[in-house]
Amino acid sequence: MTISIDFVRKRAEADAKTYGYYLTPQPDLLQMFLEGLKTNEERYGYPSCPCRLATGNLEIDRDIICPCDYRDPDVAQYGACYCRLYVNKTVYETQNLPEVPERRPSEKISRAYNLPVPTEAAPQQTQGAPEKPQLERPKSVVKKKLWYCKQCGYVVFREDPPYVCPICKAKREMFAEIETKIEYSG
Amino acid sequence: MQFSKVPGKKNDHKVIVYALSTCVWCKLTKQFLNENNVEYEFVDVDLLQDKEKSEVHRTILDKGGSLSYPTTIVDDKTVITGFRKDQLKEALGI
Repeated sequence: MTISIDFVRKRAEADAKTYGYYLTPQPDLLQMFLEGLKTNEERYGYPSCPCRLATGNLEIDRDIICPCDYRDPDVAQYGACYCRLYVNKTVYETQNLPEVPERRPSEKISRAYNLPVPTEAAPQQTQGAPEKPQLERPKSVVKKKLWYCKQCGYVVFREDPPYVCPICKAKREMFAEIETKIEYSG
Repeated sequence: MQFSKVPGKKNDHKVIVYALSTCVWCKLTKQFLNENNVEYEFVDVDLLQDKEKSEVHRTILDKGGSLSYPTTIVDDKTVITGFRKDQLKEALGI
C-alpha cells in the first residue's frame, strides 16, 4: 500500500482544524512526523504513533493510532500531544514545544510488549469448554465494550471510553457502559 | 542484535541509542550526537525481530528506563528518556 505524504498531511490538517488544534510549527519537524505516519500506515495498515513502538496488532495498538487516545488530555494539560505533532495555539505561536510525558498506561505498554504484568488476571474459561494445556504465557485479550456519553449520546465500541468525548468534549467521567445482554434460545 | 556504529572524535563514553526509525525525536537525538561529534551506537527497534525487541525491552527496564523512545544509555548506567539536550550534555560532558 502506498500512501502519499500529501494525503497524510491533509488528513492531519483537517483533524487539527476540526478539533481546534495546530500542527507542529516547525516545517522540518512536521515533515518528519508525516513521513513517520506514512511509514507506519504502509507497514501496519494504520497510522500508528511514529513516536511509539507498535505491534502490528490493531486491537493492541488501537489507543496509539494517530490521533491517539492521549492527544486530547495531553494538549489540554501540556499544550501538545506526546509526539508534539498536535499543539495548541499558544505553543504554535510561541514555537516553544513542551516536554510531554507518556500518558499511555503501563498495563497497556506491558501488554503490547508481552511483558509480565503482576496483576494480570487469568483469562476466563468458557463454561463446558475443555481446558487446553497452556504452552506459553497466555496473551491478554482486548475486551471491547459499548460506552455512551451521558452528555450527548455518542456511542463507542472500545476497550475504554475516550478521555474526552469527540463530539461534545465531555470528560471521560461522563461515559457509562451500556449493559448488553445476549440471550440464546433454541 | 545489529547495532549501527557512528564514529566520532568524542569517544570517551559508551553511548547507545535505542530508537525508532519513524520517530522524530530519535532522529534529532542522533543528529545532536552527530553535530557534537560524539561516537555512538544505535538500533532502530521497530525494524528488529520480535525476539530482539524483547531483548531491548529487558535491557532498558533492567537499567531503570521506561519503554519510550529514544532511550539513550551512557556508560551502561545513565538512562536518558526522550531527546533531552540538557541531560545528554551533562552525561557526555559537552
